[in-house]
Amino acid sequence: MDAFWIILTGSFVSISCGLLGSYLILRRMAMVGDAISHAVLPGIVIAFLISGQRDSITMLIGAGVLGVLTTFLIEFLHKRGNLQTDASIGVTFTWLFALGIILISAYAGQVDLDQDCVLHGEIAYVPIDLWITSTGKIIGPRAVFITGSVLIIIISFIIIGYKELFLTTFDPAFAAAIDISTAMWHYLLMGAVSLATVASFESVGAILVVALLIAPPATAYLLTEKFLFMLILTAFLGIFISVTGYYLAVSIDGSIAGAMSTIAGLLFALAFLFSPKEGIIITWLKNRIIKKELSESF
Amino acid sequence: MIQQVEDPAVEVHDLTVTYHKKPVLWDIDLTLPRGAIIGIIGPNGAGKSTLIKSMMNLIPHSSGYVRIFDSNIDEVRPQVSYVPQKESVDWDFPASVMDVVLMGRYARLGLFKRPRKADREVALDCLKKVGMEAYKSRQIAQLSGGQQQRVFLARALAQEAEIYFMDEPFAGVDAATEKAIIGLLREMSEKGKTVVVIHHDIQSALEYFNWIVLLNMRLVASGPTQETLIPSLLEETYGGKLTLLAEVGNLMHKKEFTGRDKR
Repeated sequence: MDAFWIILTGSFVSISCGLLGSYLILRRMAMVGDAISHAVLPGIVIAFLISGQRDSITMLIGAGVLGVLTTFLIEFLHKRGNLQTDASIGVTFTWLFALGIILISAYAGQVDLDQDCVLHGEIAYVPIDLWITSTGKIIGPRAVFITGSVLIIIISFIIIGYKELFLTTFDPAFAAAIDISTAMWHYLLMGAVSLATVASFESVGAILVVALLIAPPATAYLLTEKFLFMLILTAFLGIFISVTGYYLAVSIDGSIAGAMSTIAGLLFALAFLFSPKEGIIITWLKNRIIKKELSESF
Repeated sequence: MIQQVEDPAVEVHDLTVTYHKKPVLWDIDLTLPRGAIIGIIGPNGAGKSTLIKSMMNLIPHSSGYVRIFDSNIDEVRPQVSYVPQKESVDWDFPASVMDVVLMGRYARLGLFKRPRKADREVALDCLKKVGMEAYKSRQIAQLSGGQQQRVFLARALAQEAEIYFMDEPFAGVDAATEKAIIGLLREMSEKGKTVVVIHHDIQSALEYFNWIVLLNMRLVASGPTQETLIPSLLEETYGGKLTLLAEVGNLMHKKEFTGRDKR
């Protein structure tokens, strides 16, 4: 049963991250995902310090606020400060992340909010942290419900805003001309990324979240030219990564989050080599066949 | 030579636009006639794109105002369509030709609503008009430059607007596409639609447009083609670039009569 809960949580997390990551890579904002996943840290700590409890809803709100604030800051430094986007991302998130670390070490070090947990996460603890009602009934692991709810929110967001997200990602100038607010959809998307990131925190940690945000959609991008297929394929890759990652970790007795990210990287490498569209090996084979045919025809 | 018209499609009043505190457009005051094919001409950096973007209120004005069909732009937004420069988007994006053309229908659909069969029919019809119906399921990554431009045009047509702003639709397209586009613009103009086009080539401008706006940060001229595309005004617009001017002069000389009779 433990394996089931861990894989389920892992799947929820990787589907949420992968779906949003698809938009991020097409918007050339992959590193914004990285930035948000780190910069939400002070939000979590401040929410914890204010509420005094490690209640997930409070932490989700704290992180969500910080996530959107991060994107505001990045935009602000880029537009007003005339700084390159990558530089403004680099300045913003490292600074916020550092602030979070200081806050944890200074004020929350004695409680169960430790840096190790935030940085690396531990999905193996999912089955231990149960959600128990006041009557003493055990409903199931808490993380499953949190990541599950976040997944539902993100899927609804994408269904409701499908065409707006599609258009503002492809051609923001045209979107603005027909009165679809690019800024609003940008910040909604960033809010969703913050949500997904925080929900993934406990399971895979701040650093490996980036692997789940970028690797599965990047793999899907190499394999398909249809956007809807890309989203669906990303979701399936997410499930596959969770299942194989879990069993890989069990077989070598290692970190589950690490194994999941390794599988994600391996899948990307396979797509890079064998993708029918632009795969290195496929292109090489095609060229060889063409050369052969040409030489034979002469 | 700035000629004003009665009941204009676009009225720009004392417009000044600055970018990073540097003025890009200075005190533009013009009116554009309805149903005309209007060419905006000027050297690189003259603010041509900025002008059409400010007409659509996509960038903030430092002063002045713009009215379209005697209304505030936000009231007539669905009647205004835009064809951005085709280089402004990533053509490796995972989308089909149909997906892109359907975007033209989004202005008419609210949140939650998906394009319906009727929208698909309009989109297909527009693809036929640009001669791309055979490519409707093609991925946009596989299109040539001319085909990309046609798809962008079909998307604007699908919006069924009254006024169209096009940013260099003739840039980097093949001769066949150029001919197809100008045919389409004339057809639209006959139906009373107003088309505002940013254009680079003075020689073809004589033939393509019936109203010309000459721009170089400030307005040099706005009026019927024959009265505006004259050496003295072109010299003022392209001022200082002598070799280019000589070329322009030669062209004007050669084209003067054929150009006049063609329309």
